[in-house]
Amino acid sequence: MERRLKLQKEAEPEWARRISEHPGCEGIFSCLQCGACSGTCPLSIYMDFGPRRIIALVREGFRTAALSSETIWLCASCYACAVHCPRQIHVTDIMYTLKREAIEAKLYPRRLPIPVLAQEFYRAVRSRGKNAEFWVVLRMAVKSNPLILLSMIHTGWALLRTGRLSLHSEHADGIAEIKRYLDMREVA
Amino acid sequence: MAAYCYYPGCSLRGTGIAYEESLLAVFKLLHLPIEELRDWNCCGATSYMSIDEGSACVLSARNLALARQLHYRDIVAPCSACYLVLRKTQDYVQRYPRIGRRVEESLGAGRLHVLNEVRVRHPLEVLHTDVGLAKIKARVLRQWPGGKVACYYGCQMVRPYADGDPDHNPVRMDELMHAAGVSTVDFPLKTRCCGGTLTGTMPPVGIRLNEILLAEAHHRGAEAMVTVCPLCQYNLDAYQSELRHRSKTFAEMPVFFFTQVLGWALGGDPARLGLKRAISGRRQIAQWFPKQRAEAAAHV
Repeated sequence: MERRLKLQKEAEPEWARRISEHPGCEGIFSCLQCGACSGTCPLSIYMDFGPRRIIALVREGFRTAALSSETIWLCASCYACAVHCPRQIHVTDIMYTLKREAIEAKLYPRRLPIPVLAQEFYRAVRSRGKNAEFWVVLRMAVKSNPLILLSMIHTGWALLRTGRLSLHSEHADGIAEIKRYLDMREVA
Repeated sequence: MAAYCYYPGCSLRGTGIAYEESLLAVFKLLHLPIEELRDWNCCGATSYMSIDEGSACVLSARNLALARQLHYRDIVAPCSACYLVLRKTQDYVQRYPRIGRRVEESLGAGRLHVLNEVRVRHPLEVLHTDVGLAKIKARVLRQWPGGKVACYYGCQMVRPYADGDPDHNPVRMDELMHAAGVSTVDFPLKTRCCGGTLTGTMPPVGIRLNEILLAEAHHRGAEAMVTVCPLCQYNLDAYQSELRHRSKTFAEMPVFFFTQVLGWALGGDPARLGLKRAISGRRQIAQWFPKQRAEAAAHV
C-alpha cells in the first residue's frame, strides 16, 4: 500500500514561491482553505484532489503530487471557483499554470486524453494559425485512446449529416507572420 | 455607423455553423453592418492556453491589432471561449508586464495600447445594449411556435469578464427572449459548466454534466434550450440519443442558439437560420417549423 502522508522533506517551497509569481497565482498563500472552490466546482466529484487540496499541495511545495494529478486536467475552465472565492484567488488560472508546468515537466497522467487534446490543438494552431476541429479530435483519439473513436462514429455521422463537420483544414492567410510571432522567445 | 467586426473563431465554421448563419441573419434583419475580420487567426483558447499562456495572448493580440488597424471599434466574438481569451489578453497585457513584453515583441514596441482601443463584445450584449429590447420588441413579426425555453448562459461568457450582467444570475438572454415574445422558465443551472471538451476526452464525465442540464431544463417545463456558445450548443445537442438509449425517461429537446430564436421572431428566412442543423429534437423542429410556413416566410 502506498504511503499517503506527505513528508515535509519532500516539499519544494522554492517551487511554490515561483508558482506564486505566475499571472493569476498571486493569491495561493492567502487561501483560507474554506473549500468554496471545491464546493462550487461541477467536476470536483470526479477529481482525485479537487481545487482546495490542489492549492494546499501547491503552496506547501508538493510539486510532483500537484503536477501529476488528474484534478488540474479535469478543470474545464468555467471560472465558477474564481468568482466564488472569498479571497478573490484566481483558482482557474492556477489550474492553467499547473497544466503548463505538468506538460513542461512531462508529469501529466499518461492515461488521460485531455492533455493529448491540448497538445494536438496547440500543434494545429502553430502550424496553421487556426484549429481544425475534426483533425484535432481525430489525432487526440488515435494517440490517447482509440476506443473513443468508436463512440465518436455516431456523433461524427450526426454532424456530417447536418453539415456541421468540416473536413477541410484552413490556413490563416498570415500564417508566416503568425509563425514568426509564436516562435519568438519569451524574455525574462 | 461604423461596422461591427465579426470574429468567427474556429467553431462557427464547423460544428457551430448554424450560429454564424443565424447571427449574420439577425444583424441583417436589424440593419447592423457587420464584416468579418480579414485574415483572423485562432484566439488561443482553453486548450492552447493550457500549453503556453504568453503565445496564447500573442494570438489574441494579433486579432485585436488587426481589427484596430482596420479602424473597427467593436469586435464581436460569438464563441464564449474566444470572447474570454480576447478579453483576458486585453486585461493581462496591462496587468502583467511579462505578458505585455511578450506581446510587444510580436506587435512592435509601444503598440500595446492599441489592443484596448477595440471593444470586445459578445453578440448577446450588442443586441441587448446597442439595439435594445424596445427596438427588438417593435420588430417582432412572428410568434414562437415552440413552448417555453430554458436560457443557458454557460461559463466563459459570464465569468470572469461579465460586462455588466451579474455572473451569478445573468438575465440578458431571458430579457431578449421575452422581447421576442418567447417565454422562459426559471433555470437555476444557467451558468453551470457544460464540461467544454470533456464530452470528447472523458465522455462519461462530459455527457453526465449535460444530462444534468437537460434534465433540469425538462423538469422546469422547458421544451427547448437556448445557448450563446457553440461548444455548449454542441455538447447539449450531440449526445441526447445516447442519453435516450440509456434512460427510458429521458426526453429529447432541441437546443438552439439565441440568434436562431431571434431570427425566427424577426421574420428571417428559416432556411437561413440553420434550424435543420440540429441533431436532437428534430421531430419538434419539424413540427414547429413546417415546410409550407418556411416557403411563405419573408426572405432575409
